[in-house]
Amino acid sequence: MENLQTIREQALAALNAVHDLDALEQWKVAQLGRNAALTQALKGLGQLSAEERPLAGKQANEVKLALEAAFDEKRNALEGARLRQSLSSETLDVTLPGRSIALGRLHPITQTLRRINAIFAQMGFQVYRSRDVETDEYNFLLLNFPPNHPAREMQDSFYVEGGAPDNPTLLRTHTSAGQIHAMREYAAKGPGNPPPIRIVLPGMCYRFEQVSSRSEVQFTQVEGLAVGENITFGDLKGTLTDFAQRFFNANVRTRFRASHFPFTEPSAEMDVECFVCGGSGCSVCKHSGWLEILGSGMVHPNVLRNGGYDPEKYSGFAFGMGPERLTMLRYRIEDIRYFWRNDMRFLEQF
Amino acid sequence: MKTPLSWLKDFVDLEGINLEELAHTLTVAGLEVEEIHYIGLPMPSGLQQTKVSGLSWDPEKLVVAEVREVGPHPNADRLVLCRLFDGEQEHTVLTGAPNLFEYRGQGELKPPLKVAYAKEGAEIYDGHQEGMHKTVLKRTKIRGVDSYSMVCSAKELGISEEHEGIIFLPESAKPGTPLADLLGDAVLTIAITPNIARDANIYGVAREIAALTGRALKPMPTDVQAAGPKIDGAVKIDIKDSELNPRFVLGMLHNVEIKPSPDWVQQRLRLAGMRPINNIVDATNYAMLELGEPLHAFDYDVLVQRAGGKTPTIITRPAKQGETLTTLDDVERKLDDFTVLVCDTAGSLSIGGIMGGLESEVTETTRNVLLEGASWNFINVRKTLVAQRMSSEAAYRFSRGVHPAMAPRGVSRGLELMRQWSGGVVDAGLVDEYPKPAEVVQIAISPADAKRWLGVALSNEEMSKILIALGFEVKLQGDGLLVTVPDHRLDIETGVVGKADLMEEVARIYGYDNIPATRIADALPPQHGNPPLELEERVKDLLARMGIQEVMTYRLTSPEEEARRLPPDTAPDDKPYVKLANVISQERTVLRKSLLASVLEIAERNARQRQRIALFEVGPVFHASEETLPDELQRLVVILGGQQQPADWQAADSAAYDFYAAKGVVAELLAGLGLHGLQYEPGEHPSFHPGKCARVLAGERQLAVFGELHPQVQSQYDLGAHTLQAITLNLDVLGELVPERFDSRPVPQYPPVIEDLALVVDESVPAGKVEAMIAQTGGNLLAGVTLFDVFRGDKIGAGKKSLAYQLTYQHAERTLTDDEVAKLRDRIIRRITQELGAQLRA
Repeated sequence: MENLQTIREQALAALNAVHDLDALEQWKVAQLGRNAALTQALKGLGQLSAEERPLAGKQANEVKLALEAAFDEKRNALEGARLRQSLSSETLDVTLPGRSIALGRLHPITQTLRRINAIFAQMGFQVYRSRDVETDEYNFLLLNFPPNHPAREMQDSFYVEGGAPDNPTLLRTHTSAGQIHAMREYAAKGPGNPPPIRIVLPGMCYRFEQVSSRSEVQFTQVEGLAVGENITFGDLKGTLTDFAQRFFNANVRTRFRASHFPFTEPSAEMDVECFVCGGSGCSVCKHSGWLEILGSGMVHPNVLRNGGYDPEKYSGFAFGMGPERLTMLRYRIEDIRYFWRNDMRFLEQF
Repeated sequence: MKTPLSWLKDFVDLEGINLEELAHTLTVAGLEVEEIHYIGLPMPSGLQQTKVSGLSWDPEKLVVAEVREVGPHPNADRLVLCRLFDGEQEHTVLTGAPNLFEYRGQGELKPPLKVAYAKEGAEIYDGHQEGMHKTVLKRTKIRGVDSYSMVCSAKELGISEEHEGIIFLPESAKPGTPLADLLGDAVLTIAITPNIARDANIYGVAREIAALTGRALKPMPTDVQAAGPKIDGAVKIDIKDSELNPRFVLGMLHNVEIKPSPDWVQQRLRLAGMRPINNIVDATNYAMLELGEPLHAFDYDVLVQRAGGKTPTIITRPAKQGETLTTLDDVERKLDDFTVLVCDTAGSLSIGGIMGGLESEVTETTRNVLLEGASWNFINVRKTLVAQRMSSEAAYRFSRGVHPAMAPRGVSRGLELMRQWSGGVVDAGLVDEYPKPAEVVQIAISPADAKRWLGVALSNEEMSKILIALGFEVKLQGDGLLVTVPDHRLDIETGVVGKADLMEEVARIYGYDNIPATRIADALPPQHGNPPLELEERVKDLLARMGIQEVMTYRLTSPEEEARRLPPDTAPDDKPYVKLANVISQERTVLRKSLLASVLEIAERNARQRQRIALFEVGPVFHASEETLPDELQRLVVILGGQQQPADWQAADSAAYDFYAAKGVVAELLAGLGLHGLQYEPGEHPSFHPGKCARVLAGERQLAVFGELHPQVQSQYDLGAHTLQAITLNLDVLGELVPERFDSRPVPQYPPVIEDLALVVDESVPAGKVEAMIAQTGGNLLAGVTLFDVFRGDKIGAGKKSLAYQLTYQHAERTLTDDEVAKLRDRIIRRITQELGAQLRA
């Protein structure tokens, strides 16, 4: 039985000299393989007497287990060492740029329009769209711009060839033109008892203006309209302040100034506290602390009536804002012409 | 409108009111102050609610001084030296002001001259430089004499652009007094929106300030000292159409001396933006600026002469079409029949409400003045302004409406000013023709109206207080108020509109800030979506996910620009353009007919600096129609070119966009919308390469056309090396095809059998036909057919191609046996070989 102890000591000594996995594999064959001394010893157990056999068998097994355990331990150590070595040789330059990905983006104005629409959608305002080319009747007359009215001078229009002389065709100057379409459509649903309205009207509008960094011949606008039996100027203030706080930030303050639009009365401009300087004055707000954001007002009784809503019973508010201006303020864009010029170096920033 | 602060103070006490706050108060009440121009008064620092300009006069450095003696300059004839006392000490000040030369060498001046004195370091305007540029007064030596201070001209102080001499101050001015305390002023530029036309005058603004601040408004100045005889018989008035000219008022002033107006009058006119002419013309302008009623002064003796020595008759009538008149600006004008003329028996004198005629105007020799104040139909005035391309201060007001009640007030004020400034004698009374008196407008309102419109509880007392301050008459009636509109306003209507008009007045004076913000309490309307918009948004999202950038382009273009999307020899289509009647630029004369042209322009703009072009736009095109309004048709265009993947430092160049890449985009888009089973077939479209163009059909309807752009089209754009693919899709058709929903398929539980099948067919056999036949023959058990290789070459033979498919056999409920698969395969091969002449490739 000293033989077993010798086998064990010699095998472990040989294992100590093993420094790589190939040698370890050879050691395994030599010490635990078919021709190994230990294997031979185990085979020789049969020749022992019945009394000797259990003890010898037990001892031989112990040696086998010990060698196997030593082998596992050595293998783990060697594999760990090899992994560490290979990891250390695989270090990347993490400062090299990432691979390019072709990301498709939505135009910044689409993004702004979606934001506006989504905020109003959550307040129950649904999207209503109407046409770009309108008649004078819908763009002006029914919105309480009488012919030759001074208010018409505020909006220079593109006229279309071939319209009726008494009702010319033009490119809409504001999405307000859709107000009458919407009211009439709703009113037709409930003759004598028209349903309440809460809509936003996004769309492209056109003005006869020289293109400059601040004005364009075409621009998007989002009009809003709420009509019902209990709509007040206070609701206008509340709804638009809620919008501003969602669109800009939760704490932004709003202020309302009296203004004039033929289709609303009273009319109001809404300013928000400058979100760049927080109201302390900067170049964006021209040191006033406030930014002009939108025009609004209570729907003029004549407009309600033209839309099929009795102004003695119904009231409403309307508002209009320019997504380009909102986008320019939000991202401090200096030139409105960037939007329709569509230079990828601009579009890819959004 | 330019509103001098000093003038406002004639009518409302502004003591203790901060100018910036006043401007803000006006702005929030609807009289937007666009700018405050400071003339000496201290300017605010820090936040500027209102834009400011101008100059503040340092109270230490710009003071009243007295010139005690004017002596010659030792080395310069064109300069003088003043001995001057600034309240503390005497200085020697050098100046070239011509209006001091007459005092040179007179010794001690008794009384001394009071002047505006600027000390070293004072900020003033540079009097010698063209325009208004600020400068700081520095110590220097001029012709050997020390100079560190100066006596100022009006321009140097920013009072006007006058730099002919220095300004003299009243004798009572005390040396050392800060100049700002004596002369400081400011001009508010107020934007007059159409609804506040009544405020296009000093008194109107003062009335608003009084109402907004709770201060008293002084009475309108209409008193006139008439020492002359009664006017009766001096002139007659004949109004031909009272709709066009509801009122005409004349007053008379005798023995005037035409001369310049007093300095302070000239100064006020300049601040208000008008040029002083002489005392009579200035009085008409001053009265107009003050009260809002434009006036016109005639030389009475010219009228008498024209009437052959008899009593002149003033006639107002519409012009005859083509009638001519030479106006004050020396332009001979050809008139329309909507223009209203003021005439006498000898002919026309002036264009009513707009501009006088040359012949009867007041000149230096005028002795007797006939002063006109009238009321005109604002629409006719507007039309005339447009037709004649004219503008004037009078027309600005009449074209926005002036109440007829203002006519006699304006004439009275004008006569009184003329009397004061010209020494003339005013005839007692006025000749007043008023054939069409304005209606008195009355409206009933109540606290319930305020609650309903504004959402705020306001008592009758609160509303009365506001309305009375604005000049309305108010009396209690029932639960509410009966409100009578004052006779300086034309903007308040009757009935429910009148109520809204009054609610606006109440709200803006009560203060929008004081109305509480609330959330809508009214019922939520029935909710429904907007399917066309939702489809567009889905399309945009799908394309963006494919790495394609959205663009938004001009919907206005020119036929020449759009023609580039077609080869040069293409016959024009028969769809007419929607043409603009008024064109602002030759690049934008029509509404676009082609979205393709719009996006190609953008591709061109980006091509030079991009290896990859992938753009799309969703938007309308416009076709003129038989109807009044054109058709507006929603389209999608995608443009693809260059590398499919952007280049980077590591990857080799990726594959370029080609026809099949474009087809992949079409297929993914349609699949993403749940649309399957559409047919692709060769397409024809002039913009596309004839052999590389396909159309997508849903039954008989054409949904899309795509392919490679025609080389002749490509060459008409500056695209660098790019070859472009384009997709055009009709969103209106798409909207009708896209299913609201679709059934999903279960994920198979049993393993599929996958095998490859390579077939050799004639070139003329379209791959689509092969695939369709495989799929049809395979039936339900063939879950997939995927083409993975197309090969041509010697091994196959000329005029042949090899198509390699991967077939996926799959049963939903069990594993297919080899035998079942073999049978199905055989059936597919048999049919393809028999019907398409295909051979199985070993």
